[in-house]
Formats: sequence, structure tokens, C-alpha cells
Amino acid sequence: MDKNQACYLCKGCGLGEALDFDNLEEVLGESGVSEVKTHDALCSPDGVALIQADVDGGVNAVLIGACSSRVKTDEFNFGSQVIVERASLREQALMCSEAEYEGEETAGEDRQMLAADYLRMSAVKLAKSNVPVPFKLELEPETALMVVGGGVAGINAALAGAKAGVQVYLVEKEAALGGFLGKMAKLAPETPPYQELEDTGLEELVAQVEADGKIKVYTGNTVDKTAGAPGNFTVTLSGGDTFRCGAIVQATGWLPYEPEKLADELAYGSNPGIITNVDMEAKAKAGELGGLGAVAFIQCAGSRDQNHLPYCSAVCCTVSLKQAMMVKEANPEAAVYVIYKDIRTPGQSEEVYREAQRKGVVFIRRDEDYPKISESGGKLAIETMDMTLNDTVEIDELDMVVLATGLKPNNPKVVDAPLVALGMDQEAAKKLAAESKAACDSWSVLNLQYRQGPNLPTLKYAYPDSHFICFPYETRRTGIYTAGTVRRPMRVSQAVEDATGAALKAIQAAHAAAEGVAVHPRSGDMSFPEFAMQRCTQCKRCTEECPFGAINEDEKANPLPNPTRCRRCGVCMGACPERIISFKNYSVDMIGSMIKSIEVPEEDEEKPRVIILACENDALPAIDMAARKGHKWSPYIRFIPVRCLGSVNLVWIADALSSGIDGVMLFGCRHGEDYQCHFIKGSELANVRMSKISETLDRLVLESDRVRVEEISFNEVDRVPEIIAEFMETIEEVGPNPYKGF
Amino acid sequence: MGQSILVVGGGMSGVSAALEAAEAGYDVVLVEKNPYLGGRVAQLHQYFPKLCPPYCGLEINFKRIKSNPRIKLYTMSEVTGIEGEPGNYKVTINQLPRYVNERCTACGKCADAVEATIPSSFDYGLGQIKAAYLPHELAYPYRYVIDPSIVETEDGAKAKEACPYDAVVLDDAPKETIEEAGAIVWAAGWSPYDASKVEYYNFNSSPDIITNVQMERLAAAGGPTGGKIVKLSNGEAPKKVAFIQCAGSRDVNHLPFCSTICCLASLKQATYVREQLKDAEVTIYFIDIRAMDRNEDFYTKVKADEKISFVKSKIGLIEPGENGVLVLNGENTTTGERFKAEHDLVVLATGMQPNTDLSKIPADMVYDEYGFVQNAEGIFGAGTVRRPGEVHVSVQDGTSAALKAIQVVAGR
Repeated sequence: MDKNQACYLCKGCGLGEALDFDNLEEVLGESGVSEVKTHDALCSPDGVALIQADVDGGVNAVLIGACSSRVKTDEFNFGSQVIVERASLREQALMCSEAEYEGEETAGEDRQMLAADYLRMSAVKLAKSNVPVPFKLELEPETALMVVGGGVAGINAALAGAKAGVQVYLVEKEAALGGFLGKMAKLAPETPPYQELEDTGLEELVAQVEADGKIKVYTGNTVDKTAGAPGNFTVTLSGGDTFRCGAIVQATGWLPYEPEKLADELAYGSNPGIITNVDMEAKAKAGELGGLGAVAFIQCAGSRDQNHLPYCSAVCCTVSLKQAMMVKEANPEAAVYVIYKDIRTPGQSEEVYREAQRKGVVFIRRDEDYPKISESGGKLAIETMDMTLNDTVEIDELDMVVLATGLKPNNPKVVDAPLVALGMDQEAAKKLAAESKAACDSWSVLNLQYRQGPNLPTLKYAYPDSHFICFPYETRRTGIYTAGTVRRPMRVSQAVEDATGAALKAIQAAHAAAEGVAVHPRSGDMSFPEFAMQRCTQCKRCTEECPFGAINEDEKANPLPNPTRCRRCGVCMGACPERIISFKNYSVDMIGSMIKSIEVPEEDEEKPRVIILACENDALPAIDMAARKGHKWSPYIRFIPVRCLGSVNLVWIADALSSGIDGVMLFGCRHGEDYQCHFIKGSELANVRMSKISETLDRLVLESDRVRVEEISFNEVDRVPEIIAEFMETIEEVGPNPYKGF
Repeated sequence: MGQSILVVGGGMSGVSAALEAAEAGYDVVLVEKNPYLGGRVAQLHQYFPKLCPPYCGLEINFKRIKSNPRIKLYTMSEVTGIEGEPGNYKVTINQLPRYVNERCTACGKCADAVEATIPSSFDYGLGQIKAAYLPHELAYPYRYVIDPSIVETEDGAKAKEACPYDAVVLDDAPKETIEEAGAIVWAAGWSPYDASKVEYYNFNSSPDIITNVQMERLAAAGGPTGGKIVKLSNGEAPKKVAFIQCAGSRDVNHLPFCSTICCLASLKQATYVREQLKDAEVTIYFIDIRAMDRNEDFYTKVKADEKISFVKSKIGLIEPGENGVLVLNGENTTTGERFKAEHDLVVLATGMQPNTDLSKIPADMVYDEYGFVQNAEGIFGAGTVRRPGEVHVSVQDGTSAALKAIQVVAGR
């Protein structure tokens, strides 16, 4: 684009008194920005009008030297065709630096140099930025959704999408819709006053699906192949049908935990009277509960157990209460026992617990040990610890013992290496990755034609999510969302909500693909990575390291990018040793040039320079906050925001050190099992890459102490000055960078 | 595309509903009662089970809001009237004066000039703040507020005089606006159950009896103690901390339902104590520990700490002991023993009261006996007004409600 640039400097918030603006104008002039205007309060309507008038007059690249880019965003937004670059003079030059040092007079000078460097960097960034042009798919973008799984979640996702006006393909492997809902006799109470068992409502749901012209149902089908990317998936079903869709909801539900694995602990298989909650539901549905005189339910049968399922399946307590109530309904005289560790009936289901107690169900709290089940005289007997009596009790003459077994996600476990993200050592990680590959090779839900494998990557258990607190729908494959019990154990009413939400996420993803913009977390971002293929060496790093599996490979190992799968984190850009990947407004050259634009004083001036590449999602806000809170730190620090630490290319470190910068720090998010990186693996990859930086440093004959990675959480505001102070001490010990002046 | 969707409540479910609808291409009006977005989660120190700061995710959401022109935001506003029918609502919004306009740069000079202080509602009354204040250090919108109590005083005049940017507007007045919307998402959230109603815990008898929400503020770096967990009676570090679960919950005299999050919140807060105070002992008095799904892993981890013990007991009384000590009376349901246990800091795990129980939606809606709202055609509850739940459920529910709203307005 033809750039017509101008710079606006704000003298408000104390900047006017603290900085020499004539000098700053000079610096900008040297950096190629000759049009500079100042204002006493640039964010005021007057100030904004000043800029707007110039924009109306043809300025299309605006450098604003004022406050942090995190504030006053509405004021300094001049439309998508005007590039705005913000130099954070207020937070990063003024607030964090001392006005005067005790006994010395150089504070003003240091602060001035700080501000000048930020403007130099911003000028370079502006010069190297271009307005992104949204990526357009070659074919007409497809908005239809595919929903895989015809249980309660899948049916509701399909209905929700269709009601919003979208075409839906609903794929179910069985001959009929319904999933586990079709196997249920009744539902636990879900509507006020939460005391009556409810019908499953499946027939009504199926009738709605059948009556909806926007839903095409493929029963008796699985997915053979899913190729393409959001906005343009091509699906081939096992029955041979094919269709295009824009986004996908995987609602494949759950699998019962295998009761055979409980043969030792709970005598499963030794007596036909010992059954699972799934078997019990079938009996209830078949109307076979009438003859039962005494039944015991054993909760957490294999759940909350490190040898089986370590997690809680969330629904088994309510299911047993429901089944206990069904036994009582069939025979009010029946003796019904529930042997539990904790009764977990959250929310309004507490009323179900009360109702079961009113109906005479007996609750026995056990300890960690499983009750002993034995056979006597054709009946069953249980010996269990009763924590309330603090004694062992025996219950005999039981017709049936129901094991409340848990839920496993109906999805193969897929974990990828390097698995530092799971807090594992590399050997264990490789082993797990090999196992998961084997599992995937034998079983896949979507059969994605992705270079990184056919399934959704999973976390610790086989649940295919990522940021399960703040952004529960996010999987690691763009445009593919999971819903219902495949995502997390949940009861029917919650699965309905979950499916409705997942349908919206899918509609949104298809919409974003059509518009050529990113989805979460850089929603609306129009930039995307472009590959200068003639310089590619087929090293595969980008295709392997992309956290979202966005890049495929041809048979010669050339990367085949899929921009609509991309989340714009720049991990590929950080990975590429040939530096061939760049965005219109973010590139290796841009950041490298910014680094090189920093003015490095001669060694004898004793003013070291340190750059901090800071994650703009978490570290940058923490830095802002620290400055506003009044923390001060060394004026020799220069922050450079990055999209994600994973986008940091090692060449930047070399650029910095070879131009005389004394030290480089990387501020990123927590990684490991409880990672906070919004791009999942970015911060982890940065750590892995930096562990290999010694090679570069050796080549330059430099000390490894000069480079450090720090994890910083959003709220660790007070650590910012501490970390910096400590690093500056290290740099002082190591001494000046010998490359100064070269 | 069609009509607007109006979302009431800027907490986790409301923000999710607003963003998810806007990012699917629909216009949204978001109405928040507080001067900032984020709701109750903005007041949390960390989330369970990852022990990560809520602002990490909120920052992303705020960034999404800032960059999305489809969202029109009202802060300090409440919906006072709804007229019309699905597809065609006229919603009356009453906005309270902030006395600070958009020229504010958050320089803080007004706060410096003002002398009067008010109790910090953000800190659940635990601290005092200036009557010209930034709601909290991460607030979005990042703009000061002047408390109405000083507007007509000398302090008000001082604030106006101190502002270099002409941002203080002392004659600001309430504004009534009518917005048209095709569908409404009601995500007004919850309030902590009033602990003083549980009389036998004598909540007001000692500053060392606090609630779980107050504990979050004590642990937060931006809180009244700068993140130090102390006894508010004397500023010293507590040595024996008690958490009383189901304080007014699962109790037909108070909140008959289970608030779902209090067990995990206490487990999490036990880690706050143990992280800061290496010698402190923690006791959790409980009926059932409800650590659902993968949160069980967190429970397993907390249980492994030898200084955190679990006693199955419903505490029947808190009474003052000697030297400010608090004596908990209970019966250990495992051993049958009656006991008196001394603690120097007691945290009441109070539950979630739906805000729709405290303040009804101005439309013809159906509620359950606890005040949780049932969906109606065109007006959809989201988050903790429908049932108590964790953050991820609020996000799920907000997203789901957004699609229900879209179904009403799509194609109109």
C-alpha cells in the first residue's frame, strides 16, 4: 500500500512535563516520520479531531505516542483501512521510570532515550506494516454444519443450528437417533419442584428433527474422511455419501467405564445380580423392576479411583437416586440402599436427594475401600464400612447390587509431543504420544485429513478441550467444537445447553471463514501467515509445531497452509528457520528491524540495553498495571509486544545480541499441565526453543545468562520489577556485550 | 442482520452471550449494573482448579469487545421495563450518573484531591476507598467514577478542579433510554447469601469471621490487604483457619439447594492459605465434598496436604472464646463425638442466591421456588440466574442463550 504517515504525540498525563518533545520530533524525523503534531490531551475530542482531519486528508498510517494500546482504543480507531501504531510512552517510558536519581542528574536523559527508542521502534513497525487483506476461500464458503453423534447433544445441536437458519447434516452410527437417551427409562427431575421423574422426550425430539427441512439425517453412518478447513470441509461418510460443510460439532457422547475391570474389587461378573447402572436402566426401561425386594447401589464404582477413572463422572449420584426412586415406584416396600463416599447432587438436584430420602432410600457413607460383595443363599450380601456408625455393617438378602460406573468420553485419547504441556518428562511424553498414535490409528471419529492426525487433541483424560474454564468450547482444531459428554461429564439438561452453545460456535466459525477473519482468541483479525515458498527447505517445523494443525504437507514436505484453520498466533513464524512466514502486519523482519532501531550507547557510557519480548495477552497487561501501580524499573529496558511467545523467532535474539543489546528476556504465560497460553503450546515451544539457544550464543561467543525466559501471570504485577531488577544484576555481572559498536 | 439482542449483565455469562452473538454477526446491546464489566469473576483472586487469574480470560474478552463495533455497552445501568413481544421488545434502560465522562485518562488526580472515603463494594466492604475511584486496577472501561455522596460537597468541587481534562461532570444526571431488541438474554448473576442470616454463626460478632467472597479479596494483590491473608481484628497472620461448608446452603431454612461451587472454592482458598502461611493449619468442615468431574483431581491434590484436614460435620454454632479466638461447636458425624474446636480465622462458604430472587425481571416470567428463572419465548436466562454453577457453565449457558436469542431475530 502507499503509505501516508503522520505521528501524533500526546503531552497529557505528565508526558509534556517529563519529555523533551523537540528532541522526540527530531528522532522521528531521523526515523522517516517528518509529519509530527503534538497535543495536550490527544484522546480528548479535540485531539482525536486533529488526527481525524488528517486521516480525512489522506493520512493512512498513524503513529500515536501516548498511552498503552490497551486503553483509549475507541478514540484511536480510524477504521480498518488506517494503520494505527501506538507507542506506549505513558506506561512504558514515563510511569515506570524515575524522574530523578539520588545524587545524579541522568534520570531525565535515560527517560528521554527510553521514549525516543519506543518512537524509533514504532516508526519502523509502522513503515513495515500493511493493511491486512482478508483471506478468501477459492470456493464459495459453505455455512452448513455437520453434527456427528445423534444422541441428546447431537440432536439438540442439529435442531439449534437449523432453527437459526443453517443447513445441518446429522450423522449417527446406529440405525436410529437417540444414543444413550434412547436407552434411558426416565430422566432425573429437571423442572420445578425437582421431585418427579421425567420422560426422556426423545420421540418429540426425533419428530422435530424429521420435520425440519434443514436437517438431513444419516443414520447407520460414520465419518470416513473429513478433508479441508472451516468454510470448506468435504466429508465422506461410510455409506458413500459426501457433502461440504463449514464447521463441525462432535457430539459423540460417552462410553460406560468397563465393568469387567472391576471384577476384583466389586465381583463384577461373578453373579448375574451384580450389574451396572447402564444395565439397571435397561431393566427399568423393560419394566423389570417389579420383583425387586432389596437393592443396593454402590457409588463411585471405579470412579474417583486412581486405578480406574480418577475423575468424578458427575452424573452417577443423580442416576442412582433416579434408579432408586424407580425401584421404590415399582415396589414401595423395597429396601434400597445407596452406599456412597460423597453424595454429589449440585444445584437444584439437592431436592432429588431430599426426595429420595423422603421415599425411604437408605444412605450409607463408606470410606475409600470398596464394599465386599458376596453371595449367600441365592441372594447377595454386602459388607461395608459405615462412616456414620464408624463401624462395619452388613446388608444381606439383596436381590441386586448396582455398580454406579462412570463415563468415559467417546473419543480417542490424543496427546502430542513434546508434552512438556502435560508436565511430563520427554521419554514418558514420547511413550504416551506413541500410544495415542496407536489408539488413533485404530479409531477415529472425524478422520481428519490433517498432517497432525485424524482426531482432536485431548488433555489429561480423553476430553478434547483446551481452556476448559474460560473458553470451554475451544478445541485445538478450528471450526470443530465438541458438545455434551464427549467434552465433559454432564447431565442431560446441561448437554442440551452445551449443544446449543456449540452450534453457535460452529455457525460463528463458518461465518468467520467466509469473512476471512480469525476466530477466538484473535477474533476478527484479518491478517494471516503468508509463505514465501521459494525459500522453503521442507524442514517441517511449521507443520509440526502449529498448535492448531493448520498446515498440511504435500508429498515433498512442502507446507500447505489452511488459513481458515489458522488462529494467527504466529507460532509457525517463530518456528521457521528460513524466516519465510510473515503476516501483513507482523513479521520476522519487522520485529528484527525494530530491535535494530534501538540506539545502543557506547560501552563507556555504562548504559546497558535489554529487550523484553512480552506476550501481549498476559505479560503486557501485567507490565501496564505494574507501571500504573507506581513500580519503577531500569530505564535500560525496552519492551516489544509479541502475539505469543511461540511467535518469537530465534533470529531476533541473534539480531539483538549482534547489535550490542546486552540481554534479552521473554515474558510469557505459564506452561505445563495448567498452562495459560491462549495458543496452548506457544509459551511451551518458546521454552523448548530457548533451551537450544546456547548454540546461537556459542557461535557469537556470548554468555547464556544473557537470555532468559520468564513465566508471568496476568496478576503477578509485583513480580515485574523484581524480575527485571534481578536480570539487570545478572547483566551487570556478565558485563557489557562485546558486540557494542560493531 | 435483523434486530438487536439485548443482554442484561456483564459478568461471565452476559459477556459470553454478547460476544458470541456479535461475532456471529448480530448487533448487541449489553447492559451492566456496575461501572465495569466482569461481574463476580473480576473479584476472584484465582480460578479453580488451575489456580490461574480470571483476568487472563477477561482480557481476551475485553479485547474482543473493544474490537467489535456491533456491541453497544451501557455501564451503571439497569433494565427497568420491558414491553412488547418476542421479535419486538422496547426495553427501558436507566443509567446512573458516573460524573466522569469519556475524557478521563485515569490519571487519578481526582482521587488525590478528594478526602472523603467510602466502603469498597468491590472488596465486599472490607476496605475503604476514595470517593473518586477507579473501580479496580484492571477495570474495563478504564475510567474513574465519582460517588454521588460527594457530588454536592467540597470534595466534588475539588475533584472537578483537579481534573486536567475536563472529565468531571458534577451535573451529570440519570438517563433513561429506550432500546429496541428482538430478544433478551437475562444474565444478571448472583449475590452471596447474606451470612448474617445464619444466626448461629454470629457473622457480625467478629471481623475474623468472613465469607468466601471476602476471602478472595483478602488473597488478591489488588485487595484491601495487598493480597496478605490476615485476621482483620489485628492484622496478624492466622494460625488455624476453618472453612465451614454449606453455610446456609442445602438448608431448607436458608438456601435449600446446593450452590455447586463452594466446595471447590474452599479447597482453592485452602491453597491460598497454605501458599502464604507455611505453618497455618486448615480445617474444612463439610457434609459432602462436591468436586465434580475433573475438579476431583484438585480435591485429590488438596487432600494430600497434611496441614489441610477434612472433618465431616455440620457446625452448629460459632461462639467467641478467649483472646478473640473463635470456638466452633459441632458433632463429628464420623466419630459421633461432640467437639469444640478453636480457630482464629473462620471462612463461611456461603452460597449463591440468584439475583432474579432478589430482583425480578420486569416481564411476565416463571421462577422456581428459589428464584431461578425459567426460559420464556424471547427472554432467556443465562448462567447463575438459571442454576448455580461454575464459570465454564456460565460461558456455556451464555453461548447457548445467545443462539436462542439469534433464533428469534434471525431472518426478521
